[in-house]
Amino acid sequence: MRAVENALQITIPDNARLIRNIITGIQYVQDHTIHFYHLHALDWVDIVSALKADPGKTSDLAQSISDWHNSSKAYFAGVQDKLKAFVAGGELGLFANGYWGHPAYKLPPEANLMAVAHYLEALDWQKNIIRIHAILGSKNPHAQTYLVGGMATAINPNDESTLNANSIAHMMQMAKTAKEFVEKVYVPDLLAIASFYKDWAGYGAGVGNYLAYGEFPKDNVSNTDNLFLPRGRILGKDLSKVHPVDQQKVAEYIAHSWYTYPDGNNASKHPYDGVTDYKYTGPKPPFEFLDTDKKYSWVKAPRYEDKPMEVGPLARMLVAYASGHERVKEVVDASLKKLGVGPSALFSTLGRTAARGIETLVVAEALQGWIGQLADNIKKGDLRIHDNSKWEPSTWPSEAKGYGFHEAPRGALCHWVRIKDGKIANYQCVVPSTWNASPRDAKGQRGPYETALLGTPVAKPEEPLEILRTVHSFDPCLACAVHITDVNRKELLKVKVS
Amino acid sequence: MGEASGSIYDSLRKKGVSRRDFMKFCSLMAATLALPVGGAAKIAEALEKAQKPTLVWLEFQDCAGNTESFLRASDPTVAQIVLDLLSVNYHETIMAPAGKQAEKSLADTVKNQKGKYLVVVEGAIPLKDGGVYCTVGGRAAIDIAREVCGNALATIAMGACAWDGGIPAAAPNPTGAVGVKDAVKGITLINLPGCPANVVNLTGTVVHYLTFGSLPLTDSMGRPLFAYGRRIHDDCERRAHYDAGRYVREWGDEGHRKGWCLYQMGCKGPETFKNCPAQRWNQGTSWPVEAGHGCIGCASPHFWDTMTPFYKRLENVPGFGVEATADKFGAGLAAATAAGLIVHRIARAAKKKSSEEEGK
Repeated sequence: MRAVENALQITIPDNARLIRNIITGIQYVQDHTIHFYHLHALDWVDIVSALKADPGKTSDLAQSISDWHNSSKAYFAGVQDKLKAFVAGGELGLFANGYWGHPAYKLPPEANLMAVAHYLEALDWQKNIIRIHAILGSKNPHAQTYLVGGMATAINPNDESTLNANSIAHMMQMAKTAKEFVEKVYVPDLLAIASFYKDWAGYGAGVGNYLAYGEFPKDNVSNTDNLFLPRGRILGKDLSKVHPVDQQKVAEYIAHSWYTYPDGNNASKHPYDGVTDYKYTGPKPPFEFLDTDKKYSWVKAPRYEDKPMEVGPLARMLVAYASGHERVKEVVDASLKKLGVGPSALFSTLGRTAARGIETLVVAEALQGWIGQLADNIKKGDLRIHDNSKWEPSTWPSEAKGYGFHEAPRGALCHWVRIKDGKIANYQCVVPSTWNASPRDAKGQRGPYETALLGTPVAKPEEPLEILRTVHSFDPCLACAVHITDVNRKELLKVKVS
Repeated sequence: MGEASGSIYDSLRKKGVSRRDFMKFCSLMAATLALPVGGAAKIAEALEKAQKPTLVWLEFQDCAGNTESFLRASDPTVAQIVLDLLSVNYHETIMAPAGKQAEKSLADTVKNQKGKYLVVVEGAIPLKDGGVYCTVGGRAAIDIAREVCGNALATIAMGACAWDGGIPAAAPNPTGAVGVKDAVKGITLINLPGCPANVVNLTGTVVHYLTFGSLPLTDSMGRPLFAYGRRIHDDCERRAHYDAGRYVREWGDEGHRKGWCLYQMGCKGPETFKNCPAQRWNQGTSWPVEAGHGCIGCASPHFWDTMTPFYKRLENVPGFGVEATADKFGAGLAAATAAGLIVHRIARAAKKKSSEEEGK
């Protein structure tokens, strides 16, 4: 959308900007929370250990970190009973064959029980708060109201079939519910769990370079200096300087990817001139191993000025922190203080997971503001949602090109489009997991996942829980596969990332 | 009504689900499945006796959109489905183990419950070049699908990609992607197309099975009639505006601000069969047409190729009355020619507006 709007030089109405901010914002809050509780928590939380917890002590623990209402002894006893009944049923389903009892699990039973309770609460909560997406986007997942030039969400305070005062009130309520859960459950749980895993501030650093395009425009999106989460790069873990971002400096390699370029295997290409000619040269399935000296991935290797970059909540929070974003600085500093660690702890698996929670809070707090601004616009009589001037392809120049950036929950994303005679001539996407899961480039430089896994201790190689911690901390795109290599570059095992 | 120990209801009761909530769920399911009076009681009776069936969930060329849809389940919630209604033994996205331990969960199910478990498939299956374009743990998707679906009691293809290949199969289909129906022959299969499919229809299918011991009746494309038997256009809340010729002509115009018909903006409701207007999305909060955007026909065959351009009316197909084509299509009589025939437009509107240029 933004790529085409950029190519055709369309400025979307302010209401469309706000609606997009709200949709993206609640997406962050819901997605990050699901990631923490349902895709990542079980790397740190031993469900089976929760069976041994004392519900009274669990209640004491919960009340010591938060005033969330579900915290009585009876409540936790109830959760534990449910868990006992489930285990006694003998069908462990999704939880069968987990790494329960693994020596890398460090939480006391009470903290495990608290986390299990919140795993279930979060599952229930997320489906409710994401209804903001249904109001503005028609459904979740896969919102359907995005248009080149704005949004299809009609506004009319005097019609019940459109966005009106009722929908604003409904969204405000959900945003409030969303923020309350993040404040009182997610962030306290995150800090409590992190306090048992401080050694993980020493693992999983990755490449040490971070890229954020920035998100949540405060006015016209082309004004990239005025984004709620700022744009920038951090290089070599140095928080004293924020470097500028220029999309022209992005290029992709395919030296270790199953593609070919007309100008050779070691060439790199800017996405405007990107080529996606696939050629599989890996082993014939079924196979056990991939040879990482050759091509071994469907992911291309994007680089910024030839450097691998990490993207995601950690990159965004580091850029915001180093740029002096007031609220981000406040929450980051408070979290570091609570854990008794310095800013260098951020460059780690633990830092990555913590940054996601910190960002969730900061965005959850901003949501009501955007909804309020939308209400203010409507109050002033501004009902515009779409710029129609370039809707018909006949109004377009015969050739145009543009790029559209976005910060998806899992990181920086950019699309590049070339338009010729009203049709797409080339379209390239460099998405967050392309950056983070990138294989080696022509110079042999590793991407963020690979680098982050170097030096990770693995207590039981056949149960690589520690590997999952680091890979999951990036929030990999769900359909991606990761291949683990030891220092001798011999693949030990493949871990499916979920 | 007797409650079998270890039954689904028994399991729900032990976990604190009240009789009232249980009956509410049964009523909702009876409504989804369009059962006659007494349907809820029948469902309740069956769930009081039924043991938990096992389900495994496979992901191939997918974006996990159907998994996300699954996580939005509300009646029952996903926690109830996963913990109480079913034994979900394998789901890459939400299961606890990874790698070899995860694969063990799948292998154990196929081996120990052969012929008894249900499979949900999400995503397309690429056949080209020996299936190298989608592998899980080094195994080709087609190899996994053949084994896991081939040994299952029944397979549910959830979403457009698992149904007919969806976006990976859109022209020029570089990986030779197909849906389950073309990848694995001779299995019991039910299709829930949509991008994504609505979880209400997944739950409805499973509950139908638990209640009646069989899968719901389908059209010739294997889509359950309870969910895909009615045309969106016929049940649309904006239908009166269509009949009266009140159309949105530009995004944000007066008609758009009054909730008029989106036909001129390319809405594919007239071509599409799905229960979106009745069930809506996210606990009944909204659906595309209500939110102000036309239907894109995501439950129609090969919709990326046949329903585009999304913002134009489709070309008429000579020799077919428009509504008749759509009706035949829905009844499944035209399945073989579906891809070609799905393109049409509404004769009535065409006549009414014949002097006006269409295709805005």
